[in-house]
Amino acid sequence: MGLRKLVDNIKPTFMEGGKLSFLASTFDAFETFLFVPNITTKKGAHIRDCNDIKRTMTMVILALIPAFLFGCFNTGLQVGLEGFNAFVYGLVRVLPMVAVSYIVGLGIEVTYAQIRKEEVAEGYLVTGLLIPMIMPVSTPLWMVALGVAFSVIFAKEVFGGTGMNIFNPALVARAFVFFAFTPQMSGEKVWFSDWKFMGATDATTGATALEQLATTGNMQWSVMDAFLGFIPGSFGETSTLCILLGGLFLLLTGVASWRTMLSVFVGGLAVGYLFQALGVTEYPAYYHLVVGGFAFGAVFMATDPVTSAQTNAGKYIVGFLTGALAVMVRVVNPAYPEGMMLAILFMNALAPTVDYFVVEANINRRKSRIKTVK
Amino acid sequence: MSKIIKLKKGLDINLQGKAAESLVELPLANEYAVSPLDFENVTPKLLVKVGDKVKAGEPLFFDKNNPRVLFTSPVSGTVSAVNRGEKRKVLNVTVAADAQQESAEFALLDLQKATREEVIETLLKSGLWTMILQRPYGIVANPADEPKAIFVSAFDSAPLAADMNFALKGEKENLQKGLEVLSKLSGGKVHLSVKANAEGEMTSLKGAEIHTFEGKHPVGCVGVQIHHIDPIAKGDIVWTVAIQDVAAIGRLFSTGKVDLHKVVALAGSEVEKPQYYRIINGAPIASIVDGNIKKQAEGDSVRIIAGNVLTGKKVAADGFISATATQITVIPEGDKYEMLGWIAPRFNKFSVSRSYFSWLCPKKAYKLDTNVNGGVRAFVVTGLFEEYLPMDIYPMYLFKAIMANDIDKMENLGIYEIVEEDIALCEFVDPSKTEIQQLVRDGINLMIKEC
Repeated sequence: MGLRKLVDNIKPTFMEGGKLSFLASTFDAFETFLFVPNITTKKGAHIRDCNDIKRTMTMVILALIPAFLFGCFNTGLQVGLEGFNAFVYGLVRVLPMVAVSYIVGLGIEVTYAQIRKEEVAEGYLVTGLLIPMIMPVSTPLWMVALGVAFSVIFAKEVFGGTGMNIFNPALVARAFVFFAFTPQMSGEKVWFSDWKFMGATDATTGATALEQLATTGNMQWSVMDAFLGFIPGSFGETSTLCILLGGLFLLLTGVASWRTMLSVFVGGLAVGYLFQALGVTEYPAYYHLVVGGFAFGAVFMATDPVTSAQTNAGKYIVGFLTGALAVMVRVVNPAYPEGMMLAILFMNALAPTVDYFVVEANINRRKSRIKTVK
Repeated sequence: MSKIIKLKKGLDINLQGKAAESLVELPLANEYAVSPLDFENVTPKLLVKVGDKVKAGEPLFFDKNNPRVLFTSPVSGTVSAVNRGEKRKVLNVTVAADAQQESAEFALLDLQKATREEVIETLLKSGLWTMILQRPYGIVANPADEPKAIFVSAFDSAPLAADMNFALKGEKENLQKGLEVLSKLSGGKVHLSVKANAEGEMTSLKGAEIHTFEGKHPVGCVGVQIHHIDPIAKGDIVWTVAIQDVAAIGRLFSTGKVDLHKVVALAGSEVEKPQYYRIINGAPIASIVDGNIKKQAEGDSVRIIAGNVLTGKKVAADGFISATATQITVIPEGDKYEMLGWIAPRFNKFSVSRSYFSWLCPKKAYKLDTNVNGGVRAFVVTGLFEEYLPMDIYPMYLFKAIMANDIDKMENLGIYEIVEEDIALCEFVDPSKTEIQQLVRDGINLMIKEC
């Protein structure tokens, strides 16, 4: 095959002793993207499942596509455009953000891989798309770049890279941007695109559904509009429907844990209804599931296998607490209407402890089992 | 009949080239080999030199760590070579077989009256002791120990495994005798596990407690069975014997002679005519596979595995079958690049992940090659290994404890209960392509060293 020949021809340049050997990891990343390597099993099982991390990560990216496409459309819609124009406007608006996210993030990842003389891990392919999707659409590009750099270096690489991190890197980027630039990142304007072209009008900016619920106990949109996603919000988070489509795909392919996903929704609803019953909130509990980042967090962030609980029992517990905590932050803390990000990050920190107790229970069970047998 | 123990977890990988139930009696080959590498942690010390005459059952070398454990010749003949690798490590000792076979003679014991020590002595002298393995660790048993119980699995659930009911046809008396011998070795029980709906003659054997298992691989692995019958705690020692070896032990005690024949399955997608062969232990691979491997296209090659595709050893075409193998599997080598394979539908490859389509055709038999199908990564996916290890163990935590050399944790999380074959499926399904069997062996070796 022609392409294979070309790759084989330039390969020695990047291998040890070659002129560009300092780019070995980069070359390897591109080569393994094009071709699954010809490496055969040396030890242990002679045959291996054809699934790998590239495939797994690709499935997550595919699952994100409906929400991403809708995000493009909604971005245009929120500044007064309609139909295909709205979609194109949104796409043009968000692409620089996606590009910055990938260039900065992958740049750092590749550099680290190079220093460690490892292959480039695929984890950032997902993170890099998640980050623009959970940012308000008018987030300045330099802020995105800073958030990405902070998160990749301090939330991921210092721990050892993909698979070793404690906190979800995309959410760390979001949290960093939110807390470092609170004045710019809160308020009403940031949710609407500020680019004037294709006839985009100055949006009649207003509070997001979340803020309205927190302050007035009601929102100006119908539940159906919120479910379909025709509301302002972070780029990819508004359409619960599209998110659920992606979630369904993740569950069908078995990439995400249904235990976590289900438990987050159950936890959110449980606490939502509790507050409703106590009279703390007036609106129905299911409002929480269709506004803000709840659904997006439940489907794409809480299910991150690396930062969530690793045991099955732990997944139920951590999932439930994530949903419960998110609604609690939303309702009890009026200064900060979005609770999902903090809830997931907090449960990321707690997940190892939950797992610890699950595993301890297993150890004790195994010990007592032996006593009863004797 | 005791109740059936049903295991829900596990996986049967359906491969092409299942051995048909026809048995070829192989004539005596020119040369046979005994390798210390077929056993874990054996340091061989030679007792013969090239040119020495040996009878079947006469020692070739012993284990320095345990000098009573002898490794004997499966045939009578002349020691033809001592093959060594790096640092003069002994790879194997080969014996050129005589046309007239002769076995060393061993005293015929009356098992009713014989002492445990006498039985052990006969097993050690004949070399059949090496068929008795110890759990924890999966090493040759120490004759100074007394095991809590002895476990025998009467079936093999690995991909393309030999059907033991077929392989042991006509061996019932020897099996019976073998079980009697085993029961002399332990004050506890001898447990025999059979496969539900395929019990065969095994259930009519006496002197053992019979357990019926149902489920997918690794249900046939003795370690998994022990876990469900009488699990191993810290300080426990149990012994395990493969079912064909029970018959060989029975033959020794019935005749006083060493007769190491066994029936192996030749299977796999690259075998022209997959079937069974009666061989003598240590037979040359070529004597079994020659003329029966499909012609390969130019640039293609095959891998010959002594054992099954999950736990077997890669052997050269001029190598010898290992002592523990009951099958030979021949599959294509996967040393080919695959363009954009990770995103392709890959209809002809198998995956437990539903991101491929193999879950839609559960009956399909696959022709799988040896490609790793991806690069080595850190553990990312969770909850996967648990589905393929039917034990109350958290495999991911155990593997991480081994990586961290944390002996206390390894002990608490179940290192005593597993050997490589029990967790081989975890290695197969792992999308991060970790070499888990090697990892577990490293962990076990650390335990042996430190405890």
